Amino acid sequence: MYENRRLGFLFVLPFVLGVLLFKLFPFVMSFALSFTEYDVMDPPQYVGLQNYRELALEDPLFRQSLGVTLWFALLAVPARVGFALFVAHVLNARMRGINFFRSAFYLPSILGGSIATAVLWRFLFAKNGLVNGVLVQLGFEPVAWLADEHYSMWTIVLLFMWQFGSAMVIFLAALQNVPTSLYEAAEIDGASRWQQFWRITVPLITPVIFFNLIMQMVHAFQEFNAPYMVTEGGPLSSTYVLALYIYDQSFRYFNLGYGAALSWVLFAIVAGLAAFSFWSQKYWVFYAGEKEKSK
Amino acid sequence: MDERAGTPWLRYLAMGAVSLVMLYPLIWLVGATFKSNAEIFTEIGFIPSRISFEAYAKGWKTSTEYTFATYFLNSFLITLPRIVVTVISCVLVAYAFARFEFFAKKTLFAVMVGTMMLPLIVLRLPQYLMFREVGMLDSYWPLILPSAFATDTFFVFMLVQFLRGIPRDMEEAAMIDGCNAIQMLWHIIVPLLKPAIISVIVFQFIWTMNDFMGPLIYLASVEKYPVSLALKMSIGATEEVEWANVIAISVVALIPSVAVFFAAQKHFIEGATSSGIKG
Repeated sequence: MYENRRLGFLFVLPFVLGVLLFKLFPFVMSFALSFTEYDVMDPPQYVGLQNYRELALEDPLFRQSLGVTLWFALLAVPARVGFALFVAHVLNARMRGINFFRSAFYLPSILGGSIATAVLWRFLFAKNGLVNGVLVQLGFEPVAWLADEHYSMWTIVLLFMWQFGSAMVIFLAALQNVPTSLYEAAEIDGASRWQQFWRITVPLITPVIFFNLIMQMVHAFQEFNAPYMVTEGGPLSSTYVLALYIYDQSFRYFNLGYGAALSWVLFAIVAGLAAFSFWSQKYWVFYAGEKEKSK
Repeated sequence: MDERAGTPWLRYLAMGAVSLVMLYPLIWLVGATFKSNAEIFTEIGFIPSRISFEAYAKGWKTSTEYTFATYFLNSFLITLPRIVVTVISCVLVAYAFARFEFFAKKTLFAVMVGTMMLPLIVLRLPQYLMFREVGMLDSYWPLILPSAFATDTFFVFMLVQFLRGIPRDMEEAAMIDGCNAIQMLWHIIVPLLKPAIISVIVFQFIWTMNDFMGPLIYLASVEKYPVSLALKMSIGATEEVEWANVIAISVVALIPSVAVFFAAQKHFIEGATSSGIKG
């Protein structure tokens, strides 16, 4: 039965149609639209590279949002992945209550993407919110988290970091596969805990570090809810990420051609970074199957 | 698993501190819903000086002509059909990928993995135009229909990985007994996939409840708004935000996801772990 190629194709058909209709066609269409001027009312006008020229040369808001997006990704991705690895490493022991901690740390990942959480976050970082309340109790000056352009970015970075749970459970699974014998051998050779972590643990889980970094990067570049709801892109556009700019151009001002061009710039950056990461794998990612080769 | 003795109390101390920092905001917010507006902004303790459900009652009513009952109903009207079509389409496609041979299988699988990394935001605008062309704007179709074609490839991937780990003995026995493909799917594959299917249901439930940009783009009439949009509206409506009400209703908005999470957490976290993914 499993050799019946027609039957197999019949089962996979929904996916083939779905990819063509809802992924590939929109993908190509958005590329085509990026060379037009289109406001929904009148048919699209072909304008060649004008949208790209405009965003590269004449659009300070694009430059601002590109900078904000890169800065956000640079802060938020290592923060989330690094913290996830740290917590997973500490949890990776035969300790009582591990299930409790695992669930507790996973919960924010479940809730984090929702608007309700963004509302709550905005409130926590308000002028008189909980965060400032705690700071004052500890004897610090309160910080205008949402109103000061030097701090606003940190509120959404912290929200991103808070949702480290899914990366953590993936790390935890990987850590549990590292053979204990390696640590025992290292201990006999007198390696410290610190050395064991960097020389044994980290190299053995590089494929998982790689996976988490890539997936989180794709997420970070698309982050929309937090800057939209918590900081509304402000103050002074300090959290005006590209996703927000694309949304505004496409669905508020109905500059669809320009919005499409912006989204292709975003796509090109993500694709470029992903390609670079895949290329860089050979220098730092260590796959168990290839162990012998590298020696 | 790291079985060395080490210093367990240090681990507990570290994890206790981390969970306190992570969860205290949530606990405090739940406490805040019972407080008066004045007390919210002066107390960092979470225990309110009085218990009042006023904020819940007021928040539930909203400043629109609908209550949150309408918005919750709308959210479920989007979420439940979407879960059904997701499970059906993804199981079919995953079954094909994991067991059958067919034309361009390797290419299609690569395409599937590739689309997991494709930024959705590139597709939003053209998808919007497509649904506009066929007159589906301001309805739930754009939010549900794509899922009927296994476009949530993350789930397909998760199910394929799960199925690949299951030996084929039972299927071979069933084949000898003359089982056809549909019977095989229903009587053998679906029961085997049950834990993974539960993960799909839970993830899709929570993600669809959380989805904000989709409804924001496609829905225009307030009576069709899901909870996420209604919440956004409750903040935008007045300059002086009644924080207690907004927080109360935000807490309520999180209850379905939290409940589903705790009901299925075992399957859920293990499903996420074994397939290694997202969030």
